[in-house]
Amino acid sequence: MNIELRVNGEPRELEVWEGESLLFALRERLGLPGSKNACEQGECGSCSVMLDGKLVCSCLVLAAQAQGHDVVTVEGLAEDGNLHRVQEAFAETGAVQCGFCTPGFVVATADLLARNADPSEDELREALSGNLCRCTGYAKIFDAVRLAASR
Amino acid sequence: MSAPAREVVLGRIGEVSRRSDAVPKVTGEFAYSSDLHAAGMLWGHTVRSPQAHARIVGIDTSRALTMPGVHAVLTHDDVPGEKLYGLEFRDQPVLAIDRVRYFGEPVALVAAEHPEQARRAAEQVRVEYELLEPIVDPERATEQAPLHPDRPTMGRGYRDDERPNVVRSLVIRHGDPDARGDVSVSGVYDVGIQDQAFLGPESGLAVPDGEGGVDVYVATQWLHVDRDQGAPCLGVAPGQVRIRLAGVGGAFGGREDLSMQIHGSMLALHTNRPVKIVYSREESFVGHIHRHPARILSEHRATREGRLVCVRVRVLLDGGAYASSSTAVTSNAASFACGPYKVDNALVESLCVYTNNPPCGAMRGFGAVQSCFAHEAQMDKLAAALDIDPVELRLLNALESGDVMPTGQVIAGKLPVAEVIRRCAALTPPEPEELPRDPLRLPGGSGNTTRGEGVRRGVGFAVGFKNIGYSEGFDDYTAARVRLHRTADGELSAEVHCAAAEVGQGVANVILQTARTELETEDVVLAAATTSAVGSAGSASASRMTWMAAGAVQLACRDALAEHRRTGSDVDLERTYRHPRTTPLDPETGQVTGERAHVAYACAAMRVVAEVDVELGLTRVVWIGTVQDVGRAVNPSAVEGQIEGGTAQGLGLALMEEIQTRDGLITNASFTDYLIPTTLDMPPVASELVEDAEPDAPYGVKGVGEPPTVVSTAAVVSALRAATGRELARVPVRPDDIVGL
Ligand code: FES
Ligand code: FES
Repeated sequence: MNIELRVNGEPRELEVWEGESLLFALRERLGLPGSKNACEQGECGSCSVMLDGKLVCSCLVLAAQAQGHDVVTVEGLAEDGNLHRVQEAFAETGAVQCGFCTPGFVVATADLLARNADPSEDELREALSGNLCRCTGYAKIFDAVRLAASR
Repeated sequence: MSAPAREVVLGRIGEVSRRSDAVPKVTGEFAYSSDLHAAGMLWGHTVRSPQAHARIVGIDTSRALTMPGVHAVLTHDDVPGEKLYGLEFRDQPVLAIDRVRYFGEPVALVAAEHPEQARRAAEQVRVEYELLEPIVDPERATEQAPLHPDRPTMGRGYRDDERPNVVRSLVIRHGDPDARGDVSVSGVYDVGIQDQAFLGPESGLAVPDGEGGVDVYVATQWLHVDRDQGAPCLGVAPGQVRIRLAGVGGAFGGREDLSMQIHGSMLALHTNRPVKIVYSREESFVGHIHRHPARILSEHRATREGRLVCVRVRVLLDGGAYASSSTAVTSNAASFACGPYKVDNALVESLCVYTNNPPCGAMRGFGAVQSCFAHEAQMDKLAAALDIDPVELRLLNALESGDVMPTGQVIAGKLPVAEVIRRCAALTPPEPEELPRDPLRLPGGSGNTTRGEGVRRGVGFAVGFKNIGYSEGFDDYTAARVRLHRTADGELSAEVHCAAAEVGQGVANVILQTARTELETEDVVLAAATTSAVGSAGSASASRMTWMAAGAVQLACRDALAEHRRTGSDVDLERTYRHPRTTPLDPETGQVTGERAHVAYACAAMRVVAEVDVELGLTRVVWIGTVQDVGRAVNPSAVEGQIEGGTAQGLGLALMEEIQTRDGLITNASFTDYLIPTTLDMPPVASELVEDAEPDAPYGVKGVGEPPTVVSTAAVVSALRAATGRELARVPVRPDDIVGL
């Protein structure tokens, strides 16, 4: 079937199979593999995107459900070639190791800071508890969130 | 909303340096092995055994072949070359031939235009199985019919053990194993199966070259050994298989063994189309090896003053269906069974068996994790029996340079056990938090299960150590190639080739920092890792890659610079670095046959504060403090990252992580049922480094990846023990164990 949606501000039209997730469509059909496929069952947050301004796991959304909607992925966060402050903070604090969780964390953190400019320790732990990271033990991710919040 | 992109700052040895791949990783541009795409690409899918042990009566692919979009369905008949492969022993079929030995064993392959078509066709591959009794109890495996009657691991210099299903048995006898002390404590310790659970699923792209060869873009830990395993099975020369490192989403040992390399190549060569394979999370859980589950029986005998007199240990490891790296894990578990302590008399028996349980191999800590859990529980028990402070007891027995290990090896390099203990004990944990508090800061978290009633606080301590690098006579080396030229404005410019796998640990920066330090120029680029441009780097395993890559790059840079100064012209040279030689252990006594069986050791101490709801069995780790012996920190920020991440994995094993099986079948292959620590589970980790340069290593570096994982499981459980007063002899610790059900 054919669908139309906005991705990172651009109108896109694409052909999908009915059963495909938004994640699959982004990665395999739109050439945007930044959203990651760590579990494809809604448990890890690596596929996090903004759908009409709401944080969702794109592996749990059918591509067809995104018809007519607005999607922002990690590829859409940088502005005018400048990293988003969250991206900058993640790169700076050592919050990235293998980096497979990073796009999901970056999108989730950008969403958190948009809602809560100065999250407490408990608030940020809770807000990011749907994002798994296997490499960092999270400490430097928290550093990155605090650094981004401070800017 | 946006900050200007800063210039990448990359330092020299010892300086905090920003990862060379940080920016592409935060923008989503970094190409992982599952992100690849090629024109005309097909999707591969693996048909796996739903049985743990069965005879294959027949495989019917006819229906699958007629499914829409399907281009190929392959079975063992289609394996062009050798039918068996293996990391160290060729005991594993590329595709099952007449028997399956574990749940999830690959049986057939499908290639189709869409991944869903491939999955649906895979369901239509009819495999008729005749069930065989699975061997699931490792204690009984040596009395059951052999899974590998040809005994693939025997005749390789290990102790000849005639019993069926022995992967390796090793006995270390040291001093007088019957020596008696004034007191004795003993225990039986169990460790469940842990999974590496890297986030990037196994995946890759195989592209046929039109001349019978193939390029494989894959996430792996050791490119050249993939090539050397793959080429014979594909029936081609090693040079015709070019392994290229794609972005790796974590490894932790789980990518030492092959995943899609041969399978993808078979499909690509058969269809003459590029083929991409991406495992689902469920497939990842069943498709790769795990950390060996273990049962460890220990007895510690000591003087009244607390000096260890004799340690007796029996280790039983379940290797699962195939050998993988089990023989080395068997030896590690034995080598470290007595802990980082001076033990003059010891008897250590370590046995690994084949079963039909999930296959096990390398995972961060590699045999030392299991041993550390047991020896540290024993040290706590001994301290209690003698009424000595547990930290004092450890200090009293701490191993140091010049001491003799139970294997007879004299510790030639640095091993500052007493120092890591002392400094770690001096780290100050936070004061207990007042009540009432937010439920997030109580055991049970947002489940809101207590307001503080039944919550007890405990402080635990543990010390662990492990070898760095490959051991027991393995020819362990790393090659690096350096191309040097002067730019138009007279500056030195270098391109470095090294096949060291950047798996997230930061070895790319180590290589760049080394080259910058040696060449005294910032103009250094690291070429993509591939088997076609440079010799083997060995594996990103055994905490060895920093040492080995730094050694190789240092050597190549120094020689390149010397040649450039001599000739004044461009240089392109390759050098191979080897660490000091090791020799095997004597198969009968487990004693060293040369100077060393292990190259070097690194240790770490950890202190943990935990709160436990003793009525509900729920836990919250409040704080972790650790001091680690690192030799020299090449990139201090990356070292901290390894410590924090490694600690999290050990905490996971202590509290929640276990692959569960029923009759050999995995029952929890998802992140819904196999839990790893989240942001709510990890406490702050205060870490300090001991930098005492290792004499045999470049810049004095050691490895840093494994010691935190080795020690943290033991340290977390020690804290739970202190809080509950219970023995807690099994990990992961379950609520039932805490409550005493
Ligand atoms: S891939 Fe969507 S939550 Fe894991
Ligand atoms: S950096 Fe590897 S999973 Fe987070």
